[in-house]
Amino acid sequence: MHGVYSAVFEPGFFASSQVHIAVIVGGLVAIVSAITGVFTVMRGQSFGGHALGDVSAAGGAGALLAGLSPVVGFVGLGIVGAGAMDMIGVRRLRERDLATGIVLGTAIGLSALFLHLTTTGTATTGATQQVLFGSIFSTPAGTIPVVVALGVVALVALAAVYRPLLLATVSPDIAAARGIRVRAVGLAYMLALAVSVGLSSLAIGAILSTALLIGPAAVALRVTNRTGRALGLACLFGVAATWAGILLAYDSYYWGTARESLPVSFFIVALVFAAYAVSGLPGIRRGAG
Amino acid sequence: MTDDRTLSAAASILEVDQISVALAGRQILDQVSFRVAAGEFTGLIGPNGAGKTTLLRVILGLQKPSAGRVGVLGQRRSLRHQPIGYVPQKVLLDPDMPMRARDLVALGADGDRYGLRLPSRPRAEAVREMLHAVDADRFADARVGNLSGGEQQRVLIAQALISRPRLLLLDEPLANLDLRSSQEVVRLLARIAREQQIAVLLSAHEMNPLLPVLDRVVYLAGGRAASGAVDEVISTETLSTLYGHNVEVLRVQGRVLVVAGEAELADSPLTGTD
Repeated sequence: MHGVYSAVFEPGFFASSQVHIAVIVGGLVAIVSAITGVFTVMRGQSFGGHALGDVSAAGGAGALLAGLSPVVGFVGLGIVGAGAMDMIGVRRLRERDLATGIVLGTAIGLSALFLHLTTTGTATTGATQQVLFGSIFSTPAGTIPVVVALGVVALVALAAVYRPLLLATVSPDIAAARGIRVRAVGLAYMLALAVSVGLSSLAIGAILSTALLIGPAAVALRVTNRTGRALGLACLFGVAATWAGILLAYDSYYWGTARESLPVSFFIVALVFAAYAVSGLPGIRRGAG
Repeated sequence: MTDDRTLSAAASILEVDQISVALAGRQILDQVSFRVAAGEFTGLIGPNGAGKTTLLRVILGLQKPSAGRVGVLGQRRSLRHQPIGYVPQKVLLDPDMPMRARDLVALGADGDRYGLRLPSRPRAEAVREMLHAVDADRFADARVGNLSGGEQQRVLIAQALISRPRLLLLDEPLANLDLRSSQEVVRLLARIAREQQIAVLLSAHEMNPLLPVLDRVVYLAGGRAASGAVDEVISTETLSTLYGHNVEVLRVQGRVLVVAGEAELADSPLTGTD
């Protein structure tokens, strides 16, 4: 029994303060992403969510260049990007798709510039890895309160508009006829989306933030017909994938002889993908999508 | 107009008074007036592009008219807070959405409230009753996106009715339904209007499935409207005046056809409905 245990949890896992921080930050980010993601998928805005990740990357890179905490840039520019996307979103769907694609490209270009200037200026090649693929194991403890506060803001915003947002997702016309301010409700959702993508950029990287946003939600939508249950299941899958990913990345140090950890982002995304693949099997899948 | 006097004596739920709408310099509606009374099933009939959706949006307060007034239950202001049930034309219920028929109807009850929803036995019971009223018990727990067009329409009607509105507006609810489903939906609406004394205003470009149950017709053409009892409005005289040229109303095997009149028959195809 002890042999199995020590094979799963390599030495020092529970004692490492890096692991503690990663578990707290990762768990919170997974919950915020999963809940926001259910709405993102229901609203058909996965592409927009991904573009926001790239905008967030430019923000994170810019913050590093300016010597600020990356989380400020991730979330800050994400909110600006979400506001811009909302303005674009009032027009036609096809136009929105095009504009989103162009904003996405520009954001990656900006990231390239900022990262180039940062790495050549300060010789920290880690900046690129940190912005694009996350830094959950090297998050300073002082960042935790910021992450918690932002996460709470996103969750409170979504809880406040929960029913009007659902109705507006089903039909903006019905919602407007009921006196719901569809635009304001949509903005509250976009705020939550920006925060969630920003936090997840911090944890698993801007490029991979979409995986944690869309993945657990997509799995949940396949296995249940009930909205409330989908939210709960998405959280469960997201947190499970994140924590298991943290454990695997920690353990990977002891695999082979190289004595080097593999990236945690890879494990989280791989687990999300595996869950998605399994949820598509006949007998598990409920919906048609 | 004896008919109108009877109406104002009865409870008039909806009064549309000289409504005009101009969008981008084009006159969509031109001084449209009519009334709908409690328990009445009114068809808003007209060819595509006649302004039916615009008129419904004006009644809902979603479109500002350039002139005229709309009164719901005698009140002329703050339409947004009037009890109006609404089933819009295009509701795309994605099969990906984790939402049961039951959940959608519940949103009709409290979808405009902020904050999280707590479980409530009375609400669950009201949802169950409403699903039963539209004969949707069988698929109450199915995902809405996977239901057929007719089933979705019934769930949307339940969603609109659960807040107990006095007026129910439906925009082309029969547009994508096969004949059997549209007959079922029409019978259902007629029964609800009668039993619950709700005024139903339903728009359609095809009037024949509705004719057996309609109490009154508002016929829209070229932005202008004629309203009244079915036989009064769907007549060669009334519709010729409305269209501004000769049209002929033919009754063939229980169906009504509106065709271009003799003078234009040579070079004009069938117009209007059917």
